[in-house]
Amino acid sequence: MNSAHPPFDPGIYGPEAVLMKGITGENWRLKDYEARGGYAALKKILAEKMAPDAVIAELKRSALRGRGGAGFPTGLKWSFMPRQAPGAKYMVCNSDEGEPGTFKDRDILRYNPHQVIEGMAIGVYATGSTAGYNYIHGEIWDIYERFEEALAEARAAGYIGRNVLGSDFSWELYAHHGWGAYICGEETALLESIEGKKGQPRFRPPFPASYGLYGRPTTINNTETFAAVPWIMLNGGQAYLELGRPNNGGTKIFSVSGHVERPGNYEVRLGTPFAKLLEMAGGMRGGRRIKAVIPGGSSAPVVPGQVMMQTDLDYDAIAKAGSMLGSGAVIVMDETVCMVRALERLSYFYFEESCGQCTPCREGTGWMYRVVHRIESGRGRQEDLDLLANVAENIMGRTICALGDAAALPVRSFVKHFRDEFQYHIDHKHCLVGAHAAVVGNKAAV
Amino acid sequence: MLSGESLKKIDTEVAKYPADQKQSAVMAALALAQEEKGHLSTEVMDFVAGYLGMAPVAVFEVASFYTMYDLAPVGRHKLCVCTNLPCALSGAVEAAEHLKKKLGIDWNETTPDGRFTLKQGECFGACGDAPVVLVNNKKMASFMTPEAIDKMLAELQK
Repeated sequence: MNSAHPPFDPGIYGPEAVLMKGITGENWRLKDYEARGGYAALKKILAEKMAPDAVIAELKRSALRGRGGAGFPTGLKWSFMPRQAPGAKYMVCNSDEGEPGTFKDRDILRYNPHQVIEGMAIGVYATGSTAGYNYIHGEIWDIYERFEEALAEARAAGYIGRNVLGSDFSWELYAHHGWGAYICGEETALLESIEGKKGQPRFRPPFPASYGLYGRPTTINNTETFAAVPWIMLNGGQAYLELGRPNNGGTKIFSVSGHVERPGNYEVRLGTPFAKLLEMAGGMRGGRRIKAVIPGGSSAPVVPGQVMMQTDLDYDAIAKAGSMLGSGAVIVMDETVCMVRALERLSYFYFEESCGQCTPCREGTGWMYRVVHRIESGRGRQEDLDLLANVAENIMGRTICALGDAAALPVRSFVKHFRDEFQYHIDHKHCLVGAHAAVVGNKAAV
Repeated sequence: MLSGESLKKIDTEVAKYPADQKQSAVMAALALAQEEKGHLSTEVMDFVAGYLGMAPVAVFEVASFYTMYDLAPVGRHKLCVCTNLPCALSGAVEAAEHLKKKLGIDWNETTPDGRFTLKQGECFGACGDAPVVLVNNKKMASFMTPEAIDKMLAELQK
């Protein structure tokens, strides 16, 4: 896609890959997917006239949890849909991947788009929906175009449309592109966006399963969640569960970024030790020491490196380490990073991306950024750390959507684990780590 | 106001949604209009509003909410650099500084010859390719070391 892109490494997803097994970087087309056994799950379900409840029961058995960040059990979510309600019902795929550190859905869509289409077809079948939309992040235009191509292939082959493969199952699927708004990854903001409005989250209840897109029952799942569905339906929920751990079924694609030798996506079984993932990613860049890891995208609390080295990668183990698995975006920082500067950058992001609807978030994210910025620039005051804690406290739980919490959690965790660095900045007006080592940049990036 | 080709593409987008939900195509329509006209003037936004049967203010709300719409003219090549934390850990700040020096402009400025505009971006969802530069909204340039930036600029100068 770009001349500067290194050659595709087919081994990058790792030996445990299930979703990305057999991916070469080129074999994304329908015939390739079918050759890998693609669409067999949909064919089986339609041929056997499998009961929608049985599909959902299989998903529940698999312990598949939402891969977008919240980790909600997928089977349970699908069971909320009022299948018998008359009229239009929707299945929406959330490919608005913009959580800093996350870049797995982009790879799924560009290397394995039909897997997502098949997963959505099964979802539409199981929930009694009538149509689907895939909302694709605005900044990845070539992936949107590829998905449109894949849709055309699937329509021509009869996987999408009226009476799929001669059955009485009919559905439609369309792609919708975003145009630069982090907040649209929040599911109700995403629905507003498809409706042609500003992406501002809705109050819940009512939940999308009763009042979603165009006011119709709607289920929203992440790209990777849909991608896991065909394998589960072919191999059984129990087999998927056994790939991982109880309550943490299956494999997960982790996006590893930051100070590692080989940033990239690695698909491993849930419960894999973080140390092993780090090894797959080539270890620490330049052999430096690990300082901190954000294990689940920028909204997840930061974890000290030594704690992370002892932590396994599943929802419950990471929660025990004081953070969350989130989207599986693992941001690795080495000993040269100034944690004040790192937090300054994250705080700027939430300030920039707050949709402005709720006062605590709109005003609070600006406060937090400005306070961290002045600490970083050597103008910090003694009372600033208490002030940061206070602002974060006053955002948490007081907003319509999770962006407010997402902005507050990094602030709280950075100050909690690296308080000495913040205090040093305030006391000495410069950095504890050292100006030369501050690899996040020589200048505030704003 | 918009070419027949753009209108045809907008009609394709409108067809993706229920017949009474034409407004859903506004994001795609504005992106197409911006591509044809370079930026979204009030006249262009009002035209899109009329075409989709929307109130002009509803179209402006969308155009001003999503960051990839340009409501003011930009250079022929809009370069957007992600400087978020994962990218910054892998050289994005250096890439941005290099671009500023080479082009002689700061964030949100355009070179005097009107060729380049420089913008700061927020997470393109491509952190593994850091540093990344988004060219004219649609082309992702990956692994943008200073050498790769020089090469890209030379190609765009042609």
